[in-house]
Amino acid sequence: MSFDLENLVSDLDIRGAILYFKGNVDSEVINKALDSVEGKLLSSRENPRLRKKVYNVLVESLQNLYHHADDVPRDYHASRPDRFGLIIMEKTGRGYRITTCNFVTALRIRELEEKLTRINNSTQEEIKELYKDILNHQEITEKGLGGLGLIDMARKTGHRLDYRFKKYDNLHSAFRISAVITSE
Amino acid sequence: MEPIIIEGTPKTPSIKFDEKEGIFEIKGRSIPENSVEFYKPLNEWLDNYMQGPLDKTVVNIRLEYFNTSSSKCILDVFKRLEAIHRSKHDVEINWFYEEDDEDMLEAGEDYDSIIKVPFKMIEIVE
Repeated sequence: MSFDLENLVSDLDIRGAILYFKGNVDSEVINKALDSVEGKLLSSRENPRLRKKVYNVLVESLQNLYHHADDVPRDYHASRPDRFGLIIMEKTGRGYRITTCNFVTALRIRELEEKLTRINNSTQEEIKELYKDILNHQEITEKGLGGLGLIDMARKTGHRLDYRFKKYDNLHSAFRISAVITSE
Repeated sequence: MEPIIIEGTPKTPSIKFDEKEGIFEIKGRSIPENSVEFYKPLNEWLDNYMQGPLDKTVVNIRLEYFNTSSSKCILDVFKRLEAIHRSKHDVEINWFYEEDDEDMLEAGEDYDSIIKVPFKMIEIVE
């Protein structure tokens, strides 16, 4: 099968990206990505408030891949099947866009769609209350708090999370999600 | 009891909870992949401290960043402080945030609304 996760980001400017990575997202990769982006934001003298928001969203995006990317399909080319994903961070006219792609099992699509629909249909005040409710009442799992990362991204950016799925086979789909961070 | 002192790293905060010096502080970045593992020793230390706390415990939280996985662990720390407060001992949490960092201020306000311990929001002006 010739499908590659990059097919999902063919509309994005990979060459001009501030950060681009495709592969297994382990702690080392996360450290390097965070260092690299922080250095670039500091050297470009980015507004401190925007810089902190971007860094926060980048942490959650990378750690979403680390904790929640499902194993790649058996016939997909990857050096290791686990924690495989793609991340791209671009400068846009008014800020930054961070996009991640990873595989999810077909069983998780409905749960993710329900979660994202709820987030995208909520006001900022509702998102804030949802965050507090999950923080206070949900037990922590080995993987961290499932779903709080997405809510936090929506809360910090103040924008809808843009997402889509592309079916790979009957058991797997590729999942793309983007967060836009602007100064207003 | 022996203090708990943990050096900070680029992804984990420095921690100093020292009963004798009266210093209780978490400072830096808290963005590890596995925050449960990182905060476990501190929560165990607090479980012991709860048995005979000082008359007044003032905790300083000076975080630059924290991830959502740390947010629950920090809440667990605060819940232990709340238990100390419930046992008729003074507890105060100073939540420091940088000037214009509304996200960090809001995060402090979230905890303030969940935990029944006096919170003080302190803006750090550069």
